[in-house]
This record gives sequence, structure tokens and C-alpha cells, in this order.
Amino acid sequence: MTDLRELYQETILDHYRQPRNTGRLDDANRTAEGYNPLCGDKVTLYLKVEEGVIRDARFEGSGCAIATASASLMTESIKGKREDEALRLLEKIHGMVTGGGQTGDVGKLAVLAGVHEFPQRVKCATLAWHTMKAALENVGEPVTTE
Amino acid sequence: MKLFDRLLHHDDLQAQFWRTDFPILKTRVQGKPLVYLDNAATTQKPLAVIEAESEYYGNYNANVHRGVHALSARATEAYEDARAKVQRFVNAASSDEIVFVRGTTEAINLVAQSYGRSRLQAGDEIILSQMEHHSNIVPWQMLCQQTGARLRIIPVNDQGELQLGIYEALLNERTRLVAVTHVSNALGTINPVKSIVELAHRRGVPVLLDGAQAIAHVPVDVQALDCDFYAFSAHKLYGPTGVGVLYGKMALLEAMPAYQGGGDMIRSVSFEETTYNTVPYKFEAGTPNIAGVIGLGVAVDYVGSIGFEALVSHEQALLSYATPLLADVPGLRIIGNAREKTGILSFVLEGVHPHDIGTILDGEGVAIRAGHHCTMPLMERFGVAATARASFALYNTRLEADALVAAVYKVREVFKP
Repeated sequence: MTDLRELYQETILDHYRQPRNTGRLDDANRTAEGYNPLCGDKVTLYLKVEEGVIRDARFEGSGCAIATASASLMTESIKGKREDEALRLLEKIHGMVTGGGQTGDVGKLAVLAGVHEFPQRVKCATLAWHTMKAALENVGEPVTTE
Repeated sequence: MKLFDRLLHHDDLQAQFWRTDFPILKTRVQGKPLVYLDNAATTQKPLAVIEAESEYYGNYNANVHRGVHALSARATEAYEDARAKVQRFVNAASSDEIVFVRGTTEAINLVAQSYGRSRLQAGDEIILSQMEHHSNIVPWQMLCQQTGARLRIIPVNDQGELQLGIYEALLNERTRLVAVTHVSNALGTINPVKSIVELAHRRGVPVLLDGAQAIAHVPVDVQALDCDFYAFSAHKLYGPTGVGVLYGKMALLEAMPAYQGGGDMIRSVSFEETTYNTVPYKFEAGTPNIAGVIGLGVAVDYVGSIGFEALVSHEQALLSYATPLLADVPGLRIIGNAREKTGILSFVLEGVHPHDIGTILDGEGVAIRAGHHCTMPLMERFGVAATARASFALYNTRLEADALVAAVYKVREVFKP
């Protein structure tokens, strides 16, 4: 149960029950869709980027607690960040959940570290982040976790 | 006294006895005894099956149907023995009607590409159902793209049963084939396949039954069903992965063109012309999964030694025991409440994604499947993206059903608002 508590921390459950920044962003200038064919998790990400800075971020979608909380936490944390900063954060999160779970300087996102004990759930945690990368790179095709 | 009663329950005693045949069931997961309830994905293997594969590799590994030497003769005999065992198991008229393939998926692809491609043309129709596994949808879609034929779909009602009235109406002069599952892998529904075959035959339409999920849980008699093709996998029948069976009526198999070319499926080859071997070898190109086939033969013996009467009665009793306990969990909805069901409990829990259910259950040592179960059209029919699915086999017990239910309560505890 220790690992499970690490995974389903209160912050995760809170962001799952009440995800922040959901819904369409009408003045978004970057959007991307992400899909995890394994579990059917879907996320559509809307970003408003001005002069290389992410001014606003919202998402729509359905997924498990990990995928939803990760998307919610991500939108909170990338707002106001430069594109390159957001992409560097993606690398850190990816390293944290696939590697040893070291949290480093990711702030509140450290709550996602518990995922590293659950390799089958890494894709849930990273879906929104890969989608952000696709949005910033303006890839037209939906990204999948496969 | 309740626990004592349960321990002494006749069914559980019998299952406890069967359990000792399966070495893996002694495994502990997360420090807890393994409660394996993912049998619809694959069943565990009895020691006899594991040893049969190992004995083949250790004592008489050789290729079949070729060598003049002693080992090859022994391997060929064991391989063909397995064919005869499978024939008796499904009551086929001849062992030549048993074609060994990689699994149910390959069996269906074989029929689609050999039978279907040589006979179907634009405007023809193939009837499937809404509860098919992707492996009984996609091969037919590919065939439709190749021939211009189209799919017609038998809908499923709220209980998870096929709507036979609509099926009857779908059958028409353009129908060339019906391909439906015997038992739903996602819901457990046992379909009235005998009536389905009968209705199709009235119009001269052949029927393929996907038996992947039925083969270990209901007795199958292909002659009584009168189906034209029956496909199943060994690994869902306590046998090895990578081997399966296509049963086909001899007249159909004989008239069908070869599926893959290669060794063993030929009689003679020259650069000008090749003549093909007889059925079933015509469809078994290349060195087959010899160890797997031998293992399947032993699995069939194993199930035969228990007998379907005991096995079905145990699994049905377990389903009747577990269903109300699970349905009692607040916020839980069982998807699939057909009158005729095998031991499958597919469910969703309010406010919790099935993936999270799966992870938390795993923490309790309870292995289930969470996802769309390769039946995305069926999930859409029920308005869910995924379900959690517990599926029973002969070695599961009431105590394990209790462990499942207790673990689901734990999920609620973790996710309580």
C-alpha cells in the first residue's frame, strides 16, 4: 500500500476530481490531440503562445486519475513559461517517472514521482506532456503514446 | 462460522484440488497471494502442459513430417496425436478438419483471406455482431476493402445479448458469411450460436464461430452446432501461447485456396508448377509450433480429465456467488447481464477510471484486466471508454471472489471524496 499511497497522493486525487484549466480555449493558437490506445485516454490541449511564452493553457479529455491529474497540473505549471522552459520541464518529468523517481526542481509536479514504481502507468502520466510538445511543434497528427 | 462454511464448500474444495496442478498459483504478488482473475486474457498452465513442452525439447526435438529418423517419427506422432485429441475434444468428423494455426486471430484471417477473398465480391455482405473482438472485425474489414463487400452488424441489447430478430432481418440474398463470437470476451454472454447457424443455413450462408472465449468454459461440439468454421486459441484453454485451431468442414477446406505458401503445404514444386498438399497440411505452411501443439494436446487431456460438467458447474456457482457481492458495492455497475453467461464480470465504478481500479487491485494481489478488451465498438455501445474485468477459470475459488470484492472496496476507500 505504501507505493499506492505514493501514486494516489491527495494532490493527484484532488486534480482528478477537480481538474483545473479544462475546456476549450477559444483564442488558442496551438492545439494538439493525444491518445493512449492502450486505455483509451484522450486529451486535447489548447495553448495560447505569444512571443515564445505560453500565456494560457487548457485541456479537454477523459482519462484515468493519473492522466487527468497530470494534464491538470501541467496546464497550471506551464502557464507563463517560455516554450523552451516548458519543453525542459517535459524532459524532467519524463526522467522522473521513467527513472529513479528523483524529483529535482519540478516543484509541485513532484507528486507525479510515485508513477515511477508503476511502469504500466508511465504513459498515463506523460500523455499530456507529449501532447504539449506536439502542440508547441504544431504537429497536425494526433500523438499517441505507442 | 461463515468462513468455516466457505472453506468447506464442496466447490472450493474441488477447486483447491485443481489448483495444485498449476504451479504459478503459489506465486505471491506485492507480498500477497496471487488472485488470478484475468483468465479471459490468458489462462494459467497446468504442470502437465509445461512438462510436455519441456519433454519435447529435452527428449525428442525434431521436425515433423520429414525426417526418417527416430526423433522425427516420435515428434510427428506426438504432433498428429494432438490433432486427434483436438478432433475428439470438439467432436469434429475427421482429424483432417483440424488445422493448426498461431491462434484464433490467424484462424479468422485464414478464413477471410482464403475462403472470403476467393468467393466474395462487391455488394456482398458479411454479418458480424456488435460484441466482436477486434480480431473478428478487422480481418473482415480488410476483406471488404479488397473485395468491395460490406459489413452488417447485429446489435446488442442493454443486457449484453444479441438481438436475434434484427439478425434474422439482416440475413438476405447478399449475405455470404456470418462471423460471430460464441462467448463475449468483454461481457461473458453465451450466444445462441446453434440458432444463429440454423438461421444462416436456411439461406445457405456459412457461419464462422469465434470460440476463443468459449473453448475453456462451455462444451463445444462442432457437429451438433453444425458451424462451418470454429476458431480458438490454446492459451485460453490452459495450453501454450502461439498455437490455435481452425476447424473447418472438409468440403469447405478442400475447396479453399492455400493461405500461405511454403514447406509442408506442397506435394511437389517446380518453377513451372506447384501442387498442394491435402487438407489440413495445405494450410500449415512452414515448420509449425510443434511444442505448442503437443502442449495443446495435453491441455485438452487435462480439461477432459476434469470434464465440462464439473468445470461448468464450478464456474457457474462462482459467478452466482460473486455477482451479487460485486453488484452490492456502492457506485458499481456490472456491464453485461445476459441470462446465459460464463464467469466474466465486467464493471465500472463511479468516479474511478478502470485503469486506476486495475492498479489498486494489483496492489492487493488481484490480477484483472482494465481497458476496452479489444472490443471498442461494444464499449461505445455501453457508453464507456473501458471497463474493469474479472474473469474466472476452473481454479478460482470463493475466497478469491471475496478478495476481489474486498479490493474493490479498497479502491473506493482510496478514491473517496
